[in-house]
Amino acid sequence: MIGLQHYLTVSAILFALSVAGIFINRRNLILLLMCIELMLLAVNFNFIAFSRYLGDDTGQVFVFFILTVAAAEAAIGLAILVVLFRSKQSINVQELDSMKG
Amino acid sequence: MYNYHLTIVLAPLAAAVIAGLFGKQIGRAGAHWITNLAVGLSFVLSVLVFKHLYMDGGETENYNLYTWAVSDGLRMEIGFLIDRLTALMMVVVTFVSLMVHVYTIGYMHDDPGYQRFFSYISLFTFSMLMLVMSNNFLQLFFGWEAVGLVSYLLIGFWFKKETAIFANLKAFLVNRVGDFGFILGIAGVVMFTNSLDYATVFDKAPEIAERNVELFSGNPWNAMTVICICLFIGAMGKSAQAPLHVWLPDSMEGPTPISALIHAATMVTAGIFMVARMSPLFELSETALAVVLTIGAITAFFMGLLGIVQNDIKRVVAYSTLSQLGYMTVALGVSAYSAAIFHLMTHAFFKALLFLAAGSVIIAMHHEQDIRKMGGLRKYMPITYWTSLIGTLALIGFPGGSGFFSKDALIEAVKHSHWQGQGAIYWIAYLSVLLGVFVTALYSFRMFFMVFHGKERMDEETRSHLHETPWVVTVPLILLAIPSAFIGWFTIGPVLFEGYFENSIVVHSAHDVLAHMGETFHGSAAFVMHAFQGPAVYLMAFGSLTAWFLFLKRPDIPQMLSEKFSGLYNLLDRKYYFDDLWIKGFAAGGRSAGEFLYKKGDLMVIDGIAVNGTANSVRRLAGVLRQLQTGYLYHYAFAMIIALTLFLGWFLWVK
Repeated sequence: MIGLQHYLTVSAILFALSVAGIFINRRNLILLLMCIELMLLAVNFNFIAFSRYLGDDTGQVFVFFILTVAAAEAAIGLAILVVLFRSKQSINVQELDSMKG
Repeated sequence: MYNYHLTIVLAPLAAAVIAGLFGKQIGRAGAHWITNLAVGLSFVLSVLVFKHLYMDGGETENYNLYTWAVSDGLRMEIGFLIDRLTALMMVVVTFVSLMVHVYTIGYMHDDPGYQRFFSYISLFTFSMLMLVMSNNFLQLFFGWEAVGLVSYLLIGFWFKKETAIFANLKAFLVNRVGDFGFILGIAGVVMFTNSLDYATVFDKAPEIAERNVELFSGNPWNAMTVICICLFIGAMGKSAQAPLHVWLPDSMEGPTPISALIHAATMVTAGIFMVARMSPLFELSETALAVVLTIGAITAFFMGLLGIVQNDIKRVVAYSTLSQLGYMTVALGVSAYSAAIFHLMTHAFFKALLFLAAGSVIIAMHHEQDIRKMGGLRKYMPITYWTSLIGTLALIGFPGGSGFFSKDALIEAVKHSHWQGQGAIYWIAYLSVLLGVFVTALYSFRMFFMVFHGKERMDEETRSHLHETPWVVTVPLILLAIPSAFIGWFTIGPVLFEGYFENSIVVHSAHDVLAHMGETFHGSAAFVMHAFQGPAVYLMAFGSLTAWFLFLKRPDIPQMLSEKFSGLYNLLDRKYYFDDLWIKGFAAGGRSAGEFLYKKGDLMVIDGIAVNGTANSVRRLAGVLRQLQTGYLYHYAFAMIIALTLFLGWFLWVK
């Protein structure tokens, strides 16, 4: 029988993967955006699991909100990425250090 | 009289402004005409004021013209106090000033700064008149500083000459030392009376004398003593009393006419005048009088000695001035204020005469001032010779000359003074003034003989050009020689013994040595005869003979003496090392203290630690902190994750 515990485990693995993706990846900014999406999905996974487990539909409503926001965020993120590429001719994360103190 | 007073003061000021600002437009002749006329006008009006007060029995006038400021009840005003003391000073100042103005036409004839010079000396006349005519301490201080300023400008008149610039700075700085005391004295007066007005202050003088001030805790001083000593420190600066005398010999770097006017006849006597004017205050403090007497005695004798070894014609006269100022100060110290003013007056005439004669010699010698290179000028310059002789005789106190009356009266006053029987003070003063007579005769005739008699030591070139100076130079000499020779004869009676000064000079009855002398005074002729019973005349004769013997008969002896007693000679030649004391001691000490404070205090502590130190430590801290800001996204994310983990861990296990 697949229980709450399994869902949470999958979600945790997803989250850990995405975190690892954020700081192991040093090449591509698109990968970073994808990792953030993945994090959000892991969180959504938790929402749905708990919603089902507790019998409260509010969590699933939240998931829709998050998906909408994530889509908007991805659109903005990609737009910034395009502009960044135009100005820097690169999306290599290691070269993006103009905020260095 | 009101209009007279105002014109006397303002005419020289107006002339100074016109000659100074519009010198180019009015030209050289315009400058000397306007200033001469203005000072001449002042002189004539001064004589009328004098006549009004003395012969027509006019009343003393004391009024305020203008209120400059009122602060907390303290009125700062400009006003005139015209009494007989003031009138005498006005006549002396304007007369000598007029003579010098005329003389300057000849002396400065080829100088490019002609108009500027006339502007300055007229400005000086204005300042000096403001000083003597003042009726309050503030205006006195204004005049005091203004004459100091003009003196500064005139010593450095030839501003391209290094030594002149050094000398005027020195004069200014040394005078600051004196003025510091002077302004403290005025502050003391204001503190105790809340008034700057002479009349008010003199009325309240007995109250001040009853009060004490603690300069150092547990050590009360009489307030009047403190005030008087402070005021006298001012007089020491302006009247060049030891140890603040060092500026006066150096001031000879200026043109000769101003040496005569400012540094002999008038400005340097401002201190004497001031003390006489403050006689109601000084009379109430015997301690202050003792200080005045001692300083004066030291100056009178020791500065005279220096005149013997000087070789610059003007410096000899300058040391003689110092010594004579010392005499006047001694007279002040024995409460014989009238005698001091009397000597001031006669000295103004004969010392101005001597300076102008020295200037005449300098013109003839083509600006050579070393008396070792002169000699035998008598036959080339008869007018200068005879007027110098009169001046010299007056200076050394030859019986009948003006200096004789004033100096002999002064010595007599010291002899009978109220310090008699008080041991050291009395003997210091009395011996100083007596031996001073010998020294005065010695250095005066040494200079006189070396300049006008003996071998002609100048070079051939100069000798072929030697001739008497033009009339603008010789006329003032003659006009000054007349009072130098005769004025003592007529004025000694009225000024000293017949109460010329009335209430403008106040003397405590127990101190009144002149009244005591007046009892035995029977006219000028008797006074001359009486002098032969005292030692002064013989000392004078002995001094003159010594000068004749040493410098005319056997010129080799002084040479030998200076080699034999080289230690003493050096002491005199280096002016008792006072210059070294001030320049290497105080000035250099002040500089090195300043240097130390600048390096350690300013550069190290304030700049190094406080200002730049703060900035540096912020920068160093920021330098460390900025290492954290790598700019890489993954570092920030990593930090966030770590922090999140830590906080979660803390939340789960610790709480």
